[in-house]
Amino acid sequence: MNIRLNGAQHAVADGATVSALVGGITGRALGTDGRATDGRKLGVAVARNAEVVPRSQWHATALAEGDDVELVTAVQGG
Amino acid sequence: MGETTLATAQQARRDPLTIDGVELGSRLIMGTGGAPSLDGLGAALVASGTELTTVAMRRYSPAESGSLFELLAERNIRVLPNTAGCFTARDAVLTAELAREALETDWVKLEVIADEHTLLPDALELVDATEQLVGRGFKVFAYTNDDPVLALRLENLGATAVMPLGAPIGTGLGILNPHNIELIVSRASVPVVLDAGIGTASDAALAMELGCDAVLLATAVTRAQDPVLMGEAFRHAVLAGRLARQAGRIPRREHALASSAMEGRAEFL
Repeated sequence: MNIRLNGAQHAVADGATVSALVGGITGRALGTDGRATDGRKLGVAVARNAEVVPRSQWHATALAEGDDVELVTAVQGG
Repeated sequence: MGETTLATAQQARRDPLTIDGVELGSRLIMGTGGAPSLDGLGAALVASGTELTTVAMRRYSPAESGSLFELLAERNIRVLPNTAGCFTARDAVLTAELAREALETDWVKLEVIADEHTLLPDALELVDATEQLVGRGFKVFAYTNDDPVLALRLENLGATAVMPLGAPIGTGLGILNPHNIELIVSRASVPVVLDAGIGTASDAALAMELGCDAVLLATAVTRAQDPVLMGEAFRHAVLAGRLARQAGRIPRREHALASSAMEGRAEFL
């Protein structure tokens, strides 16, 4: 199925979770608590359809066709 | 005299800024915008002595993500996410929520900008966003106009710190209205951080002499010809301004006042 990720079309497996998406994009293995299993901080956050999905919910949150997902991190600024 | 001077200087260096129960050893808060390379940025931050540094929240890009967050963590610099680029309270609140999730801090530098030309804060959206974020448990560092009335409003809404601008972002024009900054300081009971418009070290010293608790700047260091040298200059300037404020400056006078006694002069016939 297709979702929008950071403003662009993105294909994910049917029923994919937010956790699978974040793990795939960042290339890090995630635990069910939404933390990287390597112990280093992940430093990203997810909004789905303009609502923040807490990392503790990533594992249990299935994406749906057409979802609008923003995946953000800290960059230089301010 | 020598011992007293040394003791005073040492005392000033043990003069932390306490915000939300956290002691910051440096009263210079740095931004990270405008640096051409992460290596150069890291060196400039270390030279500045900063212990708190702002970051922006932007879309994750696999090619370049992760390194800034790690750079700050390696140097034990606390991160202050901002809401730069937000024009509405709604966007600012959502951005703050994302920052809290991503960076695991409830501190946020709240910027709600009116337009891209002036980059000046939009007072109405700023007040709205401050109220919402305080209600959601954030520690709001409110970037505001140099307006003593608005600054007090933000404090009364629960802002953790108020951050009046010296001049518009990135201009380097210094402190355009020192009187207003002094007025904001005199009425505030939360930390006042002079934010934006700083051009060079003397501007930061002036901010501290006016009674600000800290100074926040980015461009003045990151876009200086030698950012590391300028970072060090600001470290000294903030410390010097703080000491001068605590020392109490002499009053301004209309006419000259001799510092050498007239009595006991030799007389030449």
